Amino acid sequence: MKQYSYYPGCSAEATAIGLGLSVEVIAKPLDMELIEIEGWTCCGSTPYGSVDELESIVVAARNLALAEKAGLDLVTPCSSCFVTLYRAHIHLIDHPRLMAQVNQALAVAGLAYHGNLRIRHLTEVLSNDITPEVIASKVKRPLNGLKVAPYYGCQLVRPRYGTDDTEFPQSLDRLVECLGAEAVYFPLKARCCGGALTISEESRVLGLIRKLLDNALENSAQCIVTPCPLCQTNLDAYQSRVNSKFKTHYNLPVLFITQLIGLALGIDSTSLGLNTNIVSPGIVLEYILRQEVKSGA
Amino acid sequence: MNTFVEEVAATPGGEHILSCIQCGTCTGSCPMASEMEYPPRKIIALIRAGMRDKVLSSSSMWFCLSCHLCSCRCPRGVKPSELAHALESLATQHGYRVKGTRTPAMYRSFVNSIKGNGRVHEFGMMLMFYLRTNPLAALKMLPVGLKLLLHKRMPLIPKKVKGKEDLSRIIQKFREVRSN
Repeated sequence: MKQYSYYPGCSAEATAIGLGLSVEVIAKPLDMELIEIEGWTCCGSTPYGSVDELESIVVAARNLALAEKAGLDLVTPCSSCFVTLYRAHIHLIDHPRLMAQVNQALAVAGLAYHGNLRIRHLTEVLSNDITPEVIASKVKRPLNGLKVAPYYGCQLVRPRYGTDDTEFPQSLDRLVECLGAEAVYFPLKARCCGGALTISEESRVLGLIRKLLDNALENSAQCIVTPCPLCQTNLDAYQSRVNSKFKTHYNLPVLFITQLIGLALGIDSTSLGLNTNIVSPGIVLEYILRQEVKSGA
Repeated sequence: MNTFVEEVAATPGGEHILSCIQCGTCTGSCPMASEMEYPPRKIIALIRAGMRDKVLSSSSMWFCLSCHLCSCRCPRGVKPSELAHALESLATQHGYRVKGTRTPAMYRSFVNSIKGNGRVHEFGMMLMFYLRTNPLAALKMLPVGLKLLLHKRMPLIPKKVKGKEDLSRIIQKFREVRSN
């Protein structure tokens, strides 16, 4: 059993509850022990950095200090948290004076950060520690050629904090394929979904979501999978907004990669939070069931 | 007195601005360039020309999605997406009122939510943002909000966070340390 300090991120408890639930239920069958960091707070977030750059780093540093104390790698399933925490870590190491100031502040809560933490995204851990080969060996319900568009989004691969290519990444493709599904050609797989600007500038970014949906469908995808909570929310919850703006009829399920892995491991859809997906994942579930019946017969 | 480009270069994220060769790879890569009055290449030129007010009162950097395509492709390591955040941070700290975008107000609601709850409470954050900017837009957003609510993705009450008080004390202390 591999142990990690687990940092869920705020959205895994709310808008991306499907991510939080599915991560928790797939951990054990994949021999991961995710030990939630006690008393974790916001990672520092992208918006915080635009309001007060240095203060956002101290917000991140509290979590880094808590995880460092625990002595395990920090793992987060949230792509934005991954970037924010990693960025703060690099910034502190590069600026010793800031590190000293931050530590003076952390000391009021009896904490300190030394820069010795390894910050990792769950997708990277699944790819490099758990490995697609081992996941494949635990599949109980192979996805038999389900056509999946692997959508990485931006933060998992850019800036270059991860281990994958920044424009044509492969890790998510391999995770999809180890489940018996087919990762379709998806050239926009690491292009932006509009990020947080769907809230403040919806009309300017809906076109980006449309391009992604269009590109996935053009390549015969039956669903999209992504590890990112914000990407999932944008593609799923705003799909109907895209339809009304552009007079389109998209009805493409968007799953978290952890939900797809869970289905292949034979976990039931409610435990994976699939009832919280807004575009019904029914066609994906039906496909899996039909294939199962076919192979059983 | 520092020049504007020196001020930017001294702000985290703006360190590499002097390396820019104006090749335009950033603007060519930016998914929001068409929405910006001053796309990345141009805003760098303006900074180096000392156009402080024009840059800091501009809405352009607020359209950055942080997709970081520009930063990964820049042949000179300028990191324009980090530069955008440096400019946003400078504009906020110097009290510039930006017209033509609601993103600064959204970001401020976001930060207030973090300070109030220790974590982001999305419902509270969005409510605050719409009430501050355009309550009518909140009506337009109701269908999306309701869908999230019905799918159990929008808790109305923020969760109690154990580290909240510690975080407030740390932020308070950091402000003291910084001002000394």
